[in-house]
Amino acid sequence: MFKKQSFKRYFASLIGAALLGFFSLAAAAEDTIKVGVLHSLSGTMAISETTLKDTMLMLIDEQNKKGGVLGKKLKAVVVDPASDWPLFAEKARELLAKDKVAAIFGCWTSVSRKSVLPVVEELNGLLFYPVQYEGEESSKNVFYTGAAPNQQAIPAVDYLMNELKVKRWVLAGTDYVYPRTTNKILEAYLKAKGVDEKDIMINYTPFGHSDWQSIVSDIKKFGSAGKKTAVVSTINGDANVPFYKELGNQGISAEDIPVVAFSVGEEELSGIDTKPLVGHLAAWNYFMSVDTPENKEFIKKWHKFIKDDKRVTNDPMEAHMIGFNLWVKAVEKAGSTDPDKVQKAIIGLKTPNLTGGTAEMLPNHHITKPVLIGEIQEDGQFETVWQTEKEVPGDAWSDFLPSSKVVVADWTGKKTGGKPCGNYNTVTKKCSGQNFK
Amino acid sequence: MITSSVFAEETPSGNRVPSVVTKSVSDNEQSLEETSLHPKLSLLEKAEILLKEKSFKKKKQAVELLIEAGDKAGNNSSDSIARKWLENLLSGHLYQHRKDKTLVFVVDGKISNAISNALIENAQKKDFKKITTNNALRKQLRSAIARLDLSSPDAETRLHAVNNMLDDITPENAALFKNLANQEKNKNVKKAMQLGIALAALNQGSKEDKIKAIKEVAGSLHPSVRNRLALLADNEDKAIANAAGSALQKIESRIKMFGHAETLFFGISLGSVLVLAAIGLAITFGVMGVINMAHGELIMLGAYTTYLVQQLMPNAIDYSLFVAIPAAFMVSGLMGVLIERTVIRHLYGRPLETLLATFGISLILQQLVRTGVSPQNVPVSNPSWMSGSLEINSVLSLTLNRMYIVLFCLMVFFALYFLLRKSALGLQVRAVSQNRQMARAMGVRSARVDAMTFGLGSGVAGVAGVALSQLTNVGPNLGQNYIIDSFMVVVFGGVGNLWGTLIAGLSLGVINKVMEPWAGAVLAKILVLVFIILFIQKRPRGLFPQKGRAAGD
Repeated sequence: MFKKQSFKRYFASLIGAALLGFFSLAAAAEDTIKVGVLHSLSGTMAISETTLKDTMLMLIDEQNKKGGVLGKKLKAVVVDPASDWPLFAEKARELLAKDKVAAIFGCWTSVSRKSVLPVVEELNGLLFYPVQYEGEESSKNVFYTGAAPNQQAIPAVDYLMNELKVKRWVLAGTDYVYPRTTNKILEAYLKAKGVDEKDIMINYTPFGHSDWQSIVSDIKKFGSAGKKTAVVSTINGDANVPFYKELGNQGISAEDIPVVAFSVGEEELSGIDTKPLVGHLAAWNYFMSVDTPENKEFIKKWHKFIKDDKRVTNDPMEAHMIGFNLWVKAVEKAGSTDPDKVQKAIIGLKTPNLTGGTAEMLPNHHITKPVLIGEIQEDGQFETVWQTEKEVPGDAWSDFLPSSKVVVADWTGKKTGGKPCGNYNTVTKKCSGQNFK
Repeated sequence: MITSSVFAEETPSGNRVPSVVTKSVSDNEQSLEETSLHPKLSLLEKAEILLKEKSFKKKKQAVELLIEAGDKAGNNSSDSIARKWLENLLSGHLYQHRKDKTLVFVVDGKISNAISNALIENAQKKDFKKITTNNALRKQLRSAIARLDLSSPDAETRLHAVNNMLDDITPENAALFKNLANQEKNKNVKKAMQLGIALAALNQGSKEDKIKAIKEVAGSLHPSVRNRLALLADNEDKAIANAAGSALQKIESRIKMFGHAETLFFGISLGSVLVLAAIGLAITFGVMGVINMAHGELIMLGAYTTYLVQQLMPNAIDYSLFVAIPAAFMVSGLMGVLIERTVIRHLYGRPLETLLATFGISLILQQLVRTGVSPQNVPVSNPSWMSGSLEINSVLSLTLNRMYIVLFCLMVFFALYFLLRKSALGLQVRAVSQNRQMARAMGVRSARVDAMTFGLGSGVAGVAGVALSQLTNVGPNLGQNYIIDSFMVVVFGGVGNLWGTLIAGLSLGVINKVMEPWAGAVLAKILVLVFIILFIQKRPRGLFPQKGRAAGD
């Protein structure tokens, strides 16, 4: 039986609880540090970026369980830039100016980073960028926790050259800034290593290209010249699936012409039929299959947080974890979340990575990373076949491009004539671009 | 073994980046000391111990031991244990128990002991760990199995084995061929072996041997022949160089011819995809005049139907397409009827509003799939009969999936063509599209015909989706990639003409593929678009404009 009396009482207590909750929330707001999460949750990039948003929520949650930072709880401010590049800048402005976040973790594509860059520089924010990219950049306000070309592309080429004795090279990529810059660096590097012009084939295809017949046939012809041939692929996103399928159908196996990819990771493999890909290679700084206690622990935490044992972990997730831990350490060292103090404090800080080594934040705002080459297995995981013995320090400006080999970045100012600079020409002794005193 | 490779040396700026010492995981341990293996162990037992090691180097040694064991087994090698291990290692079916380390085969969920071959009941796959291989190991395994296969009773297997060994022929293998070629009864196998012997003779041997060998290999299109000849064409000896040069020229001209045939095939196959995507639109847009922006999404629904059908019959992927084709026709067709009855019906004669409304429908359908199925691409498998290629010779092979799709495209086209030309429904459709008032006066229920026609066009789009699911990614954006191409084909071919669509699709495909090698994929697409724009300027009604009363509006 329903009693009116008890309903009233119930209602009153509900209001009371709500009020209590409101006040405790208001009180908590003063004791929180806000962290911005700027990843697309809708649109084309949502496939990749949603996972990173979840990773950040997990890391923040975990840090709060440990007592937060500087005795304050962390609070995530999640916004959705919807895979729309100008919206990235708007949302970043909102995070910094309105929400006053202490740091932003976000962006995936280079174009989104380039769009956010002027905003974080103008408002003096901090951006942690977790994805492998083409380099040629170092901003005072950005920390690059993904791989620079010398931490992914160049070691992969070294592996092919030294271990598989590859003599002929196909550089295949999607037609946009990351593949074009990376291939320019690789081409210069290969030529410096004595590879002849006619042993390099460069090919670009549009986004989402699906008719690979003639390109694969060209690769096959190129590879039948009696020299060991490999494909270095910066083909992006789902264009990879028909590409590998066509390779399989035209009878090219990984033993004949291996393909080493820079954009194919566990997450990308989880949605596709991996049979035609088995044996092909990928170069990353982290694989889910790496057998270390740290990694096992991380995977366990991830599965518990996301409530799905089938979900995979990948390289950018590790990069976010490293970036977040470094930021926490820097805030604790500086005793403040003030961007200027954190920027100073973070350089030189170290944190363990998930593959058994250490990541150190370098003066050029890149970090040290191991490089791993893995072969794709039927279950969509990678089997590590080669790795660098030590971590490789990230190089902001490639040493293999004529325009950038004389350029260095150092935000402590040691290598840049005393003044911190992200784009210092060592020949003209001038700092161009972002010059901060 | 540590190989040091320095890839970041001192930069001119003095910005010292530490040089990096790299190591190979497979080589990082000392090579196995034989003392750890008891000398009295049999080859198989030694191999078994080495196989269980993590290092690829040790696995490589294990494979060498297995080859030795296989050789010793001699003629019975096809059913020896060593042979079985090699095969299962290559196919990834060899596992070891996580705890007691016994080796097993895991094939289709059935687990059997690798030595006794006895089935192990109640075994769980998760208790076993796969013995992994890498590319180098797989290459070694393939050539090892090929060597053992040379004595197989099956001629096909022998031919395959010989061809496998041709790629890098060693003097030992050539000697082996010499022994075997005399007893070989099959003509093709014998020919392949002789090619191998000649190839080896090109490498070493006297001047006469070389010239004789050049003559022998002159007709072959095998890539290693071409490479050897190219090397010999620079030979110091004029006679050898000339012979090699002219043989090379002959081969090159044949390759060129096959190259053109290949481009033509690629073009037709791309064209047939375009025709498939466009042919549904040729009905809804061409015959009915409805600008249906949701056409791409109807294709996508067909592709997702294929995915669902495969999920429902995971053990019969080979037959799944035969179920998927009618299923996709029904799903997309019914969706088409629904769209026509609820939206388009009210907008006949208002093309701009139809365009906007159907664009909205396309977004709704996309989002429906995103939230209902998954925002990620879904995996659709190829049936085994569609994988691989039909090898005509070593330079020309036609991929099977593309061939089936060309055939399928023609089948769909002619089925549709005869439906519109010969059936009662076709007559009514044509009547309504030519003169609605008159058709109604003659007793044709035009509203019903509209719905049926739109459903038919949509259903065909769904069928195209089944074909596309075999070539490209199945995801919410699938349709968007094809809508522009579809309109392009229909407009180029001439609105309202099925033949026009077929010819337009195929010729656009061929033009695209002919241009691609020298213009690149991106530029080729742009050039095709520019070509069509110019063409439409000249002939606004496309390749095959409708004539007479049908054209009047």
